[in-house]
Order: sequence, then C-alpha cells, then structure tokens
Amino acid sequence: MQAANNPLSVTFFFVFMALTLGITYWAARRTRTTEQFFAADGQITAWQNGWALAGDFLSAAALLGIAGIITSNGFDGLIYSIGFLVGWPIISFLIVEPLRNLGKFTFADVVAYRLRQRPVRVAAAIGTLTVILLYLIAQMVATGSLIKLLFGLPYAASVAVVGTAMLVYVLFGGMLATTWVQVIKAALLSLGGLILALLVLAHFDMNPLHLFSAAAEKYGDRVLQPGSKVAGSGWDAISLGVGLMFGTAALPHVLMRAFTVPDVKEARMSILYATGIIGSFHLLVFVIGFGAMVLVGPEAVAKAGGGGNMAAPLLALTVGGSGFFGFICAVAFATMLAVVAGLTLSGVATVCHDLWVNVVRQGHSSEREQLTVARIATVAIAALAVFLGIVFEGQNVAFMAGLAFAVAASANFPALLLSITWKRFTTPAAVASILAGTFSALLMICLSPTVQVDVLGRNLADVSQAWWFVPMKNPALVCMPLSFAVAVVVSLLTREEGAEGAFREMHRRIMFGASPEAVPDR
Amino acid sequence: MLSPDRIAPPEKSDEFARLSKLRARVATTLSIVMILMYFGFMGMFAFAKPTLGTILVPGLSLCILLGAGVIVGSFLLCLVYVVWANRCYDPAVRRIAN
Repeated sequence: MQAANNPLSVTFFFVFMALTLGITYWAARRTRTTEQFFAADGQITAWQNGWALAGDFLSAAALLGIAGIITSNGFDGLIYSIGFLVGWPIISFLIVEPLRNLGKFTFADVVAYRLRQRPVRVAAAIGTLTVILLYLIAQMVATGSLIKLLFGLPYAASVAVVGTAMLVYVLFGGMLATTWVQVIKAALLSLGGLILALLVLAHFDMNPLHLFSAAAEKYGDRVLQPGSKVAGSGWDAISLGVGLMFGTAALPHVLMRAFTVPDVKEARMSILYATGIIGSFHLLVFVIGFGAMVLVGPEAVAKAGGGGNMAAPLLALTVGGSGFFGFICAVAFATMLAVVAGLTLSGVATVCHDLWVNVVRQGHSSEREQLTVARIATVAIAALAVFLGIVFEGQNVAFMAGLAFAVAASANFPALLLSITWKRFTTPAAVASILAGTFSALLMICLSPTVQVDVLGRNLADVSQAWWFVPMKNPALVCMPLSFAVAVVVSLLTREEGAEGAFREMHRRIMFGASPEAVPDR
Repeated sequence: MLSPDRIAPPEKSDEFARLSKLRARVATTLSIVMILMYFGFMGMFAFAKPTLGTILVPGLSLCILLGAGVIVGSFLLCLVYVVWANRCYDPAVRRIAN
C-alpha cells in the first residue's frame, strides 16, 4: 500500500522540490537586507499574502487529520475545522491594523511599543518560542510518520529531508522564498482538495446531502450528530474553542505575515482572502471525510495505519487512481514543508529581532550583523527541529499542536490586545501576564489526563484521585482569563507615565501609519 | 514630548478622536458578534448535543447546517469589516491626514 512503489508520487515530489528550490535561488538574490529577509521588503500583494497565510496555517492535520476524524467519527471533525477558522475574523477586527502599523518584524514590536523594551521583549520571546517549539515538534513528528507512511521513507530520514529543505528555503530565500513555497502549497492543497471533493460528489449526483444520507444509511444517524470524540466534558469543548479562537489570533508565524504587504489595506485584504481560502478548504475536507467513510470505509482506513491519516490518500486512490494518489501524497508533503518553514522563520525573527537586536544590542545593530545572527539562528532552529523530531519519534505529541494554540491564547493574546486598547497597561503587567499565561498552560497540561494518562501511561482512576489532578484536556478556558486578570491587577498596582503618555501617539500611528508626512500634526 | 494636540488645529484632533472611537466601536461590535456566534455554537455542542443532532431532512442535521453556517458567517463578518474599512474608514483617515 505504500507509495514507495508509486513512481508518480516520487515524480510529483521531485517536481515540487525542483520548483521550490528554483524559487529559492531566485529569491536568494533578492534577500540582502533584514527587511527583505523577514518581510520580503513589504512587497507581497494582498492576494499572494492571503494564499501564503493559508499555506502557513493549514497543516497536514487540516487535510489528513480532520478527514481521518470525520471518516471514523463523522460530524465531530468539523469542530476542528470551525475552530481553525474562527480566529481569523478576530485577527481582522482587532489585531491586524495595529500590528501592521506599529510593528516591524514581530508582534512583540506592538506590545513593546509604549513599554520598556528589554523586559517585554524577553517575556514575549519566551511566549513566542514556547508556541513555536511546541508546534514545530508536533509538525516534525507528524511529518516523519506521515512521510514514512506515504513514501515508505524511514522516519529519521524523512525528518532530515524536511529539516534540510526548510533550512534551504529560509536560510537563502528568507521570507520571499517562504512566501512562494506557501503560496504554491496552498494552491496545490486547494486544488487537490477540490478535485477530490468533486470526484466524491460525482458518485452522489453532485449533492452533498446524498453523500451524507448514504453515510447515515451505512453507519447510522450518529455520524451526522455530535459525538464525544473531540472533548470529554462540556467545559472542555468550550476550552478547546477558546484556545483555537484566540490562539489563532496570536500565532506568531501567522501574525508575522502582516509585515510582508505594503500597507494596512493590503494586510486587511489578505486576512479576508485567507479566511475565504481556509473556510472553503475546510468545507471541502468535510465532503472528503464523508467520502472516505462511504467509499473507502472506516475499517479500511484504520487498517492502513497512521491513526486515520490515510483516509484522504486512500480515497484519492479509490476515486482517482494511483496517479491522483501520488499527487495527494506529494501535496501532503508540500504542506508540511510550508508550515515548518513559516514556523522557523518566525522563530528566527524572535531570536534575531527581539532578543539579539533589542535586548542584547539595545536597538543598535548593523544590518550585516543582524543578517549573520538571523542565519545562525536559522541553522540552530532547523537543527533543533530535526533533533527534537527524532527524539520524539513514536511519542504521543498530537496534544502539542493544541497546546501551542492554548499557550498563544494565554500568553500572547492578552498582552497584545491590552497593549493596544488599554492606556494603563504597564511593563510589569505585560511581563507578568505573558509568563503567567505560558507557565499556567504548561503546568495545567502536565497535570491533565493528556500528559498523565496519554503520555505517561498512568491509570486514569489513580491520577484522578490526586489533589493536583486537572480534569480538563484544554487549558485555555482557565489560563487566558488568568493571564488577563494578572495583567489588570499588576497594571493597577503599578504606574508607568511614559506608557500612558505615548498612548495617543500610538493610536495616531495605528491610524496614519509610520510615515511622518501622513501624520497631520507633528 | 510635545503633545501633538497643541500643534494640531483643534477640529482635526477632534476628528481623529472621533474616528479612532468609531473604529474601536465597529471592531468591538463585530468581535462580539463573532464570539457570540462561535460560542453559541460551541455551547450547544457542549451542553445541548441532542438538539444539535436533530435530523432536519435526510442527510442534513442541525449541527452540520449550523457548523457550515459558522464557517460562512466568519467569512461574511470579515467581508463586512473589510468593506466598511475600505469604503468609510480609509477615506476618512485620508481626509484627516490631508
């Protein structure tokens, strides 16, 4: 069943690699300054950036994982699809315009705008790197096992191939190459999803309702009804929702893309395009998941291994033949590459721009030095990602992606929102809320059944008796309000007149942008 | 630091404050609509599963309809904001800037 025997998937794979490496070569000659390295010189159009955002955000889980959940459980998979989308309007209403006009390369630029640079940057870097590392581990481990499944390559070799390709894109091509890898990947993914969904619907008179009722006839009405797959208790489901919605709105690698477009209007348009692309894609995945349920069958999918991840590729094989199967496998591979490249680049921006330039050098660092630091950081993060990917082989790390969202929602979102909206917000409050959000989320997950039972293999009955036991699998419902509360209390206990004084000037800049000639009265 | 208000003609400064407040109100209202829409759905998913499981017509349950509705609704809310920002907010900003 493995695609190692499938010359077509290997051909697609090589075509994709050749194309993206060619783009990287082209982009490398246009990547000479930090502005180019981190933000593609602000020359990406809204339309390109919308596709790149979709490419940055839609991980292999979006196609393979969710389709697998739908195939085995029915409706419940849609809860994830919805959760991955609802953060985007929040980015659009609350975050993107201040971010674009106040920031340079990272969202910490916004939080630190009125506050003291060094403490805020250090805290924001801790929050950001925690999110990126968790997400990167989840992606690398998934990548290793998926490529093993799809291409028959050994696990360690798969992780190394992905790590190397991403290193080449980011190191030489910076944001420009990463953007194009993401655009191509998003286009391939949407195209693959669209063809697959249409091929499925062709079996059902092009009517999704016929597909769903065929599924209900075969496996009962329960597949069209909410089940208990996604979250144990009711509050756990709400907590999952909080993490997904506000976590998406504060994911560093997503926010970073706001700096790649020329102005606020383009940034706002690119979020709209991304929302449309991601939303449509998830609707296609819903059809694909049910298609795999009816045409392939949950039993066959489970037998193929990979925890349900083979649902979409097997469906492709059934409705489109081995050529299409190879195409979907290659698309899944491209998907993983684009996501890890985006994550790595935003990690590099944090290390270089936040930590090196603004903390170590206190804002005085030459372009040359910054680029050198950025490239060293790229190599270091890529090596770390490969190392951790190999270390965590076979471990249950699926929870780490969800945890990354929960940490982003608890650590980054409150500080980001309050720094824009609340005049009284102070430096100690920003630091305290970021740290409280990060560490409370990590602590809660360690004491929850996610780690205690699923990872450490303890008995649920035993640990649930312990005084420290946390019954929730998703910490955001507790940690995000906690982080907000810490921010408010510490702000009220401290006073920072400089920050209050700069509030009006900040809002002026949010409205008029950074260019001084656009600001009427200065 | 010199307060910009002292140099600015007062009517410009008023206009800035009013526009800033308007943008905040639009953004907050849309965010609240979005949050109510999503957590209304998730609240039903968490606490009213039988209702969500109602089969409306063969092949379509209430949860599928509402779930797809949340996806489409999210996009439409983004669209409302973008149209407002492009048609009303941006021209107003340019008016103050000049």
